[in-house]
Amino acid sequence: MRNLTDGREQIEVDATNIGELVAQLDARFPGFRARLCADNEDRIRPNIAVMIDGRTARKSMGEQVAEASEVHFLPAISGG
Amino acid sequence: MSTNGYKVIGSRPIRHDGVDKVTGRAKYGADVQLTGMLYGKVLRSPHPHAKLKGIDTSKAEALPGVKAIATAADLPQIADKIADLGEAVVNLRDSSNNVLAYGKVLYRGHAVAAVAATSRHIAAEALELIQVEYEPLPHVTSVLEAMKDDAPILHEDLKMTEMGEETDKVSNIANHFQHKQGDPEAGFTEADMVIEREFETATVHQGYIEPHNATAEWNEEGHLTLYTSTQGAFSVRDQLVEILQIPVSKVTVVPMEIGGGFGGKISVYLAPVAAVLSRKTGHPVQMTMDRDEVFIGSGPTAASYLKIKMGATNDGRITAATAYMAYEAGAYPGSPVGAGAGCILTPYRIPNVQIDGYDVCVNKPKSNAYRAPGATNAAFGSETVVDELAEALGIDPLEFRIKNGVTEGDRRPDGPEHPRIGCIETTEAAKSSAHYGASLEPSSDGKLRGRGVASGYWFNFNGGRSAISVSVNDDGSINMLEGSTDIGGSRASISMMLAETLGLSAKDINPRVVDTDAIGYTDATGGSRTTFATGYAAHATGKALICEMKKRLAQAWEVSADAIDFKDGLFSYKNDEEKRGTFKELSGKIGGTGGPLVAQISTQPDGSGGGAFATHIVDVEVDPETGKVDILRYTAVQDVGTAIHPSYVEGQLQGGVAQGVGWALNEEYIYNTDGGMTNSSFLDYRMPTSLDLPMIETILVEVPNVSHPYGVRGVGEVPIVPPPAAIANAIYRATGTRMYELPMSPPRLASQMAKNA
Amino acid sequence: MSSKVHVQARINGDDVEFLCEPRQSLLEVLRDVLGYTGTKEGCNNGNCGACSVILEGRLVNSCLVFGFEIQGKELQTIEGMGSPEELHPVQQQFLENAALQCGICTPGFIVSTKALLDKNPDPTEAEVRYWLAGNLCRCTGYDKIVRAVLDAAKAIKNS
Ligand code: FES
Ligand code: FES
Repeated sequence: MRNLTDGREQIEVDATNIGELVAQLDARFPGFRARLCADNEDRIRPNIAVMIDGRTARKSMGEQVAEASEVHFLPAISGG
Repeated sequence: MSTNGYKVIGSRPIRHDGVDKVTGRAKYGADVQLTGMLYGKVLRSPHPHAKLKGIDTSKAEALPGVKAIATAADLPQIADKIADLGEAVVNLRDSSNNVLAYGKVLYRGHAVAAVAATSRHIAAEALELIQVEYEPLPHVTSVLEAMKDDAPILHEDLKMTEMGEETDKVSNIANHFQHKQGDPEAGFTEADMVIEREFETATVHQGYIEPHNATAEWNEEGHLTLYTSTQGAFSVRDQLVEILQIPVSKVTVVPMEIGGGFGGKISVYLAPVAAVLSRKTGHPVQMTMDRDEVFIGSGPTAASYLKIKMGATNDGRITAATAYMAYEAGAYPGSPVGAGAGCILTPYRIPNVQIDGYDVCVNKPKSNAYRAPGATNAAFGSETVVDELAEALGIDPLEFRIKNGVTEGDRRPDGPEHPRIGCIETTEAAKSSAHYGASLEPSSDGKLRGRGVASGYWFNFNGGRSAISVSVNDDGSINMLEGSTDIGGSRASISMMLAETLGLSAKDINPRVVDTDAIGYTDATGGSRTTFATGYAAHATGKALICEMKKRLAQAWEVSADAIDFKDGLFSYKNDEEKRGTFKELSGKIGGTGGPLVAQISTQPDGSGGGAFATHIVDVEVDPETGKVDILRYTAVQDVGTAIHPSYVEGQLQGGVAQGVGWALNEEYIYNTDGGMTNSSFLDYRMPTSLDLPMIETILVEVPNVSHPYGVRGVGEVPIVPPPAAIANAIYRATGTRMYELPMSPPRLASQMAKNA
Repeated sequence: MSSKVHVQARINGDDVEFLCEPRQSLLEVLRDVLGYTGTKEGCNNGNCGACSVILEGRLVNSCLVFGFEIQGKELQTIEGMGSPEELHPVQQQFLENAALQCGICTPGFIVSTKALLDKNPDPTEAEVRYWLAGNLCRCTGYDKIVRAVLDAAKAIKNS
C-alpha cells in the first residue's frame, strides 16, 4: 500500500472506527479503500488481517478504534 | 501441588484417550466401516503439466464391481472466491480444481478421475481402464526458473499482484509484497560488517504416518455425513459446502482420531470426491490414499530461495537487514511465504529492515502449511547469517542474539509491537544450560565434531473461534464436548484447565471431540491455537459453571448468590459450616433447583499475546568420508508460557526437533527432468528413525502469556524452526564448511567439503 | 477376479476362520475382513511398522504378508495385548511416559516392543533404538517412546 501513500509507512488519521479510518485514508490516498475492500463490500478482504494495538480485529467497518491506537493492515497468514 | 500455585496445571495425568490408543481401540478415519460401503480410488496425472483433452471412462464402467466414476464434470464450477477458512485463506475455485482437475493438470499426481467399486482391488483395476487424453505442456519445477519471463505459465489468467495491487502481468508470480522499516541502505553504511548469502531449501512433506482418508455417506434426504481424520471438522465442512455448493445445514462432519497433521490435514483432497461418489452410487464410499499418493497428491510444504543481507557494528549491534524470499506455492497460489516473512528476522531488534516476499506457482502439488509454515526455511537462512556475523565479530553466538534480542515494545519487521514475550529469557536459559556449558570432546576415530545454535520465532495464532459444552453429573464429574481435533494430548490439557478452574481433578472431566452438529463452530487445530483458544473457552466455561452453581446453591441454602464465595475449590457462605463444600460434593445436592447443571460457551480471543521463541543447541559429528551427520546431543529451549501438561509440551518440542532434523539432513522431494517425484516412499524419502536421534533434552521457560487466564502460549510449531540452521551452524563448526542448501544430505555435504578442501 | 481362499488360524488365542482373496494382504484381511482395525496402515510397503503383528513368535509387517499365508498359524495383534482393565506393562508405560501424541504409530510400537522384550528382557537404549528403527513415529521424536520401552523392561523384571 506504500505506493499509494507516497512511500509513507505511517500515517496519522482522526477516526473512531475502521470504516472512518479507511474512508479518510481513501480521501487522502485515492484507491486505498479498493485495496482493502473487495468490490465495495463493507468488509476488509479476507486475505488482509487488521490489527489494532496488537489485537486481531474483526474485519467489520464498525470496529472501534480508541485514541492513539495503532492500526496495521497485514497480509493474512495461516498456520500448521 | 506444583510450584506455580496451580493444583492441576503443571501436573502430568494420564491422558483421557490414552487407553483406547494403546489398546488399538481408538477409531481413526480409515477404521470406519459402514454397511454397504464401497471403496474409492483416484486416478492421477502422469504429467506435470498438460491440457486435459478428454476422459473416456466407458471401459472402466463396464468392469464388474465398478459402481461409479467421478470427474471434474461432477463438481459445480465455482467462481474465484477467496475464503477465510479459520486461518487458511484459500481460493475455492483452486480448491475445487485441485481435488479433480478441470481443463488442465498442473502437477504429476494431480487427481483426474475417481472410481467407486466393491473392493479396493477392483477400484485400482478400473483406474487402469480409464483413458485420458493429455496434451503435454512444458513444465517448471523450481522457483527461480518459474519466475523468469519465459517460463511456462501455469495459469494464463493469473495476474501478478504487486505490493497489494493487481497488475496486468501474466506470471507465475502470484504475489509480491514487502515489509519495510527505516532505511536499510543507511543502516548498512552504518555497519562495520555486512554479510550477504543465498539459500535454497527443498520441498518437504509433513510426513504424518496416517494417510489421508474420507468416508462419505450421502443419504436419500440429501444429507451428507463425512467421517474423516482432519485438523478441523468445521474447516472440512466449510470446504464441502463451497466445493459442492450445498447448504451448510446439509453437511455433518464427524472427526475421527487423527494420525498426525502438522498443517497438512486442513485442506480437503478426498472428501468432496468421496461425497460425489456416494451421491452417485447411493452407498457410503470410503477413500484412503496410498503413501505414494500422500507424497504426490496432498500438500507438501514449499521449497524456497532466499537471499539475506545483514550488517552489524563492531560492538555487535545489528544495524540493518534485508531478505528476499521466493517460495514455491505449487500448482496454485498460496505458499507460506507470508508467514515466513513475518517470522524471519523477528527475534531481533533491527532498526532498518526490508523483507520482500514472492509467492510463485510451479508444477508441483499445491503447497500447504507445515508446522510454523514458512518459518523454518526462513530461519535456515537468517540464523546462518546471524551465526556468520557473530563469528566475524568475535562474539559468542548466543551473546550476540541476547544483545539484539527483542522485548516488549520492540517492533516486529512487519510492523506490530511485541507484547510481553520470552525471547531474551529463552536465549539466556540456553546460554546458561548444562549443554552449552559442557565442553564437546573431540572424536577419537577421525570424525569431526561441532556445536551449533539457532533461534526461531512463530507468531502463534492466539485467536479463532472455540466452543465448549458441558454437563455436570450428580457425582460432580463433567462431560465436556469440544470441537478441537486432539492430535497430541489436547483433550488432557483442556480438561486440566476446566478442572483447575473448578477445583476438580483431570480425571473428573470426560472430554469428547464431537461432530459439527453437536458443538459450536470451532476453528481448526493449527497455528498452535488449540490449547490456547479452546483452553480459553474451557476456563470461561468453568467460570460460567461457578456462577450457575452459586445461583443453585443460593436456592438450596436460601441465601443470596452474591454472598456465596468460591475460593480454593470451595463454595462457602460466610462461616456457616453447613453451607460449604467443593464443586464435586455439592453437585449431587442441587436437585430441585432447576434441572441439571450445564453450560455452553463459545469464545473468540482477540489474537493478542505474542508468539513463541525458541533457541536450540546441537552437537554433531560429521564423517568426513561420507558426509553423514550424526546428532550427538540436542537441547531445545523454549518459552512455553505456562506448561499445562509438561509431558506433552516436552513432546511437542521433541517432535518438532525430530522433524527439523529430518528437514535439515535428509528429507526432500527429488524430481527427475520429467517433473516426477522419484522418491515417493518412506524408504526413499528418509524421515528420522529412533536410530537417527539421541534423547532430546528440553528446557521449558515459562513467561506467561498475558492474554490467557492461565498464561498459555502455543508451543507446537516453533520447535521445528531452529533445527536446520542450528545443525548447519554445528556442521560449520565441525568441518569449516558452510552449507547453504537443504537438505544437508551426505552426498551434498561430502561434495561441498571436497570443494572447500 | 480370483476366487476366495478359506483360511483357519489362531488369532490372539481364538480360532478364527475366514475367506479372503489371494491378493489380499494380511493387513487388509485383519482390517477389512476381520475388523481388527487396531493394526494400522502407514505405507503398505514395509517401511513404517504401523502394521506390526507377531506371527509364530516373529515380528512381521502384516502389509508384506498375504492373508492366506497365516493358514494354520498363530498370530498376535494389538487387540490381544492387555485390556483396558488390565493393560500390558508396555501399554502402561507408554501411557505413563506420554509416549504417544497422535497414536497412529502406537499399536505398531507396542507390538514391536513386546517382540523385543520377549527376546531381550533387558535391552540397552542402543538396542531399543536399533530394534525400533523399523517403526516410524512422526510426532514424538522417539525420546519418550524409548524411555517407555526401558521402563517397561524394568516393570516386567520387577513383577
Ligand atoms: S503399513 Fe506395513 S510397514 Fe507400513
Ligand atoms: S504418535 Fe503420531 S506418529 Fe507416533
